[in-house]
Amino acid sequence: MPDESSSNAKPNETGSPVRPYILTWGRQNCDVVRLDMISVVIAARSDVDETALEPEQLAILRLCGRPLSVAEVSAHVDIPVAVVKVLISDLIGRGHVLARAPYTSQSPVGRDILQAVLDGIRRL
Amino acid sequence: MAFADSDGPPDEPLIPQAVKILIAGGFGAGKTTLVGSVSEITPLSTEEIMTEASLGLDALDGVEAKRTTTVALDFGRITINPELVLYLFGTPGQQRFWFMWDELATGSLGAVVLADTRRLDTCFSAVDFFERRGIPFVVAVNCFDDDKADSYDPEEVARALGTSPSVPIIMCDARRRQSSKQVLIMLIRQVEALLSIVS
Repeated sequence: MPDESSSNAKPNETGSPVRPYILTWGRQNCDVVRLDMISVVIAARSDVDETALEPEQLAILRLCGRPLSVAEVSAHVDIPVAVVKVLISDLIGRGHVLARAPYTSQSPVGRDILQAVLDGIRRL
Repeated sequence: MAFADSDGPPDEPLIPQAVKILIAGGFGAGKTTLVGSVSEITPLSTEEIMTEASLGLDALDGVEAKRTTTVALDFGRITINPELVLYLFGTPGQQRFWFMWDELATGSLGAVVLADTRRLDTCFSAVDFFERRGIPFVVAVNCFDDDKADSYDPEEVARALGTSPSVPIIMCDARRRQSSKQVLIMLIRQVEALLSIVS
C-alpha cells in the first residue's frame, strides 16, 4: 500500500539531457526519419555548406565518410542515441546523409544472411 | 573532405546492412569482455533514452506511468563483408531493464545469455525473456575463474536454469577470441536449426 497519497514526483530523477534536446530544437520523434540504433549511415556528398549546419551535425558528417551505425555515431560524438537520430534525420532531409535500415526479423532470417554471418565469425 | 578516389565510383555509395546479436547476463558476467574479444573495434558505449513502460507494480490504477530512463549500452562491431555488418550489444542485466530489451531485441538474430556460475540466478530474467519472446538463444557459461572451470557441467547448468534440452549450453572463456567465436557460431547454428523447424 502506498504510504503517501500524492506528490510522488521525483524531480529530475532521470537526469534528462536538456542540452541535447535544445540541439534538436525540441523535436523528438514527430518529424524525423525512422532510424534504428543500427541503421547504417554514410555521407552522401562533399559539397556541403558547412555554415548552414550545427557544429554537432558537422561532426557527424565528418564521421560518416565511412559507413557507421547510429549507435557508433552516438558513441563517437558522445550524444545520446535518441538525439543523434534527430540530428541525422535532419541531415538526411537535407540530402547530406544516406541511411540503410537494418535487417529486421519480422519474417524469418534468410539462410544466406546466417551463412554470411557464420563465415564472417569463422574468419575472425 | 577526403573521399576515396576510386576508379568509377558508383553514384550511390554502398551502404552495408546491419544485423545484431544480443549478449545478455547479470552484472559482472563478462558481457563486455565477450564483445571485446571478438569486436574489430574497442567496445563503444552509448546512451539510449528509453521509455520505461509501467510494469506490474504500477499497473494497479491502470494509469500508464511512463518515464524515461537513460541507459548505457556497450557494443562492438564485426564487419562480415562489404554488405553486412554485425553488431554485438551487451544488454543491461537487471530486471528493471526488461523494457529496454524489447526495443533492443527487435530485429536481432538471437542472443547469448552469459552465465556466471557463482551467480546463476542473475541470468534467470534473461532466459525467461528470450524464451517468452521466442528469440533464439544459447547459454554460455563464462569460466573465467580458472579453478572452478570444471566444477560444473552443461547438464547441471541446464537443470539450474530450467532451460529446455533444445537450448545449447556451452562452457567458454569470454576473454579468449577463439572461445567467444565458438559461442557465436553455436548461436548461429541454433538459429539455423530453429529455422528448419519453422519452415
